[in-house]
This record gives sequence, C-alpha cells and structure tokens, in this order.
Amino acid sequence: MKRHRQLALMVILSAFPLLAQERPYFVTYSHDMEEPGNLEIEVMNAVGTPAPGSRFIGSSMEFEYGVKAWWTTEFYLDGQSTQNDSTIFTGIRWENRFRPLMREHWINPVLYIEYENTAADKTLREVVGHDGKADFLDPNGEARQETEREFEFKLILGSNFKGWNISENIIAVKSIYDDPWEFGYAVGAARPLALVAGAKPCTFCREKFAAGVEMYGGLGDRHSFGLNQTAQYLGPTINWTAPNGTTLSFSPQFGLNDYSIPRLYRFGISYEVDQLFGHLNFRKGGKP
Amino acid sequence: MIRALAFLLIGCVVSFAAEADGSWMKKVPSREHDRVSPFHEQSQAVDVGRRLFGQHCAQCHGENGEGKKKKPALTTERIQQQATEGDLHWILVNGNMGRGMPSWAKLPDPQLWQLIAYIKSLH
Repeated sequence: MKRHRQLALMVILSAFPLLAQERPYFVTYSHDMEEPGNLEIEVMNAVGTPAPGSRFIGSSMEFEYGVKAWWTTEFYLDGQSTQNDSTIFTGIRWENRFRPLMREHWINPVLYIEYENTAADKTLREVVGHDGKADFLDPNGEARQETEREFEFKLILGSNFKGWNISENIIAVKSIYDDPWEFGYAVGAARPLALVAGAKPCTFCREKFAAGVEMYGGLGDRHSFGLNQTAQYLGPTINWTAPNGTTLSFSPQFGLNDYSIPRLYRFGISYEVDQLFGHLNFRKGGKP
Repeated sequence: MIRALAFLLIGCVVSFAAEADGSWMKKVPSREHDRVSPFHEQSQAVDVGRRLFGQHCAQCHGENGEGKKKKPALTTERIQQQATEGDLHWILVNGNMGRGMPSWAKLPDPQLWQLIAYIKSLH
C-alpha cells in the first residue's frame, strides 16, 4: 500500500512539472502568491552549531497551495536532528496569506496569519523576541517538554523594480499562554541573474539562477522592545531552477552578535505541481 | 493520499471561476494601453515567448492558447485585435485576481513582453 502511494506521488510529480519562478529567500516572504490550483512541495533545512552545544539540522516539509489568486495556504511538518542526541518530530504549522489589494502597486501588502504547535523546534523559520543560541542548548528530551502554541502575524510588504524584488516582513507572535507579544523582522532583496529569457532551453544559463541577500532577527518583546539581547542574521542566498521544475536553494548565513548562532547553512528543494485537482479528476476518468 | 492531503491543506473547494468577459480592458489606464513592446514583431521573441508560455501559462490556457474549461482562450478577437500589447502587459502584471488570474509581476518585465509577443502570434 505504501509503495502504491509513493508510486502515485511520483507519477504526479513526474507528469506535471511546472517551472516555478521562486525567490531565493529562506526566511523572508515576498508578496508573490501561489498560483490558484497549484501545489508546491518544499523541504527546507537549517544546519548550525550553537557552541557549546551540538550541531543540529532542523527541517520543515511544506505543502503550499493556491486557493485563490489572492489567498495562499501552507501546511508544515517540522523536525530536527541533533548530534549526540536524537532525531524528533517537532510539530506542525498552518499559515494563510491574503493579498488585500487586487492590483500591483509600488508596495504590495500581504497579510499573514499562522498557528503553530511545536516543541524543540530548530528550523529557524523566523527569529522573534529574544530567541537566541541559548534556546538550542537544551537536550531534546528537555526541550520538547516546552510546547509552543502560538499565533504569528506578519505584514509582508513587497516591491518589484527593474527585475529586483525587495521584501520586508514585520512579525508579531503571541503565545496562547501568558507570554508577552514578541516581535521580529526579515528583509530581503533578490534578482534573477538574467531578465531576458534566452532563445534556447538551457540548464545552467543565467536565467535559471536568482540571487540576493536577506537579513532577519528579533526585536524583543512588549516589555523590552529593541535589539538588546536579540539574535540577528545576514547572508547571501541563491537558487537554481532545473529544467524539470525543481528548484534548489542555498544560503550561508552569519550571526551578527554573540547572541546568535555564528553560522547557519540553509538549503532547500522545492517542486511545483500545477493544477492539482484538475489532474486528479483526469485520472479518475474526467475530461482533461 | 494526495486527496487526503489536499483536504487537510485547504479544507475548501477550489474555484475555477475565471469569466472571460473582457471587462478588465476597461480598467487599463491609457498610459498602459499605449505601451509598445520592446520586442514588437521580433520573431525571436515569439519563439522565446512560446517556451515561456509552455512553462507558465499553458496549464490554464491550453498548449496553444485555446483555453481550458472556464479559463479563457487567447485566440479570440478580443485578445488578438482589440487588446493592445500594453493591455496584455497590464493584465499580466496586475492579474484579475477576483476571477482567478494571478499576477505575473514576479516574472521580469522583458519576459512578460516576450510572452506577449507569442500571445499576439496566436491568431
């Protein structure tokens, strides 16, 4: 049964590739929405060594679906593995992004709301409040006792100008417990290496690459807003889209103060399946 | 599994309501309406646009722009005769989100014009 499921998934993935035009960001959201009916499957990883703790890899598997042209929903499964410790499932997230303005402007806002239920999470999908490397030092057995159930809100602002995308995210997080509001930010700028598409299909030409830079960090909480005792990261980022539609991304990121993990290496792979439900109907015998 | 996953992901029905009444053309500002493609009547741009169309547009509008289900055809008189290149550029950048057409502003501007060169060759 399991093999049949895997086979079905492979058939769908191989039969209906789509060339996604992905931004190379790992933390920053742009105002781009998923095309309606398309499903993007993505795995993102973060590797770091929070001295004096052990090296870890935090991974999230994402399923992003375009419900409408102005509404994208995304579901995450998170996990992590820590050297000399254990490999554990760390929880789930469910996010929704809404685009309130129906046309493209100089600055395009997107409203983001997410619920997450995680414990011992090491994916670093955002940094808020006073999150820092000390959070990564507890053994998994202890860390997973502290479950985080929280709502996360973002105001995503995005602009496109002469091939560049510039995105800014303002983040606010509220735990369902008594913890105060926590804040954070992420900013990014990226551009395809070539704006004009070439006449012939190619694999490693410049139009297949996008590169940029992103920076993100915490902004404290309601009682101590600011940069004091917050982790801050900065790094270049690049992605490459293969002819079959698979996108590979990589970014070395650097902690900017002692509160941060000195270096993070992020890498990811994504694949987009176009018009998911249309193909499923077709496979059931409906009209293509 | 895919069906169960999709149910978990969205919990609602996808709407394919993309009417092709052309009302969007009335919203195009005159400045945009009058824009001319930098690739105007360049045959190479048509070839590149065909490739881009296959990557980004064909899954909804059909391999040759003939339309699919409620997704409109691009071979109609409205698109080929009435709409200017500037009109098509405007709809690609802004989309028609209330009716299912996403914004393609994430594509670089030159690639949008290359796409338009191909769309205009579909008559």
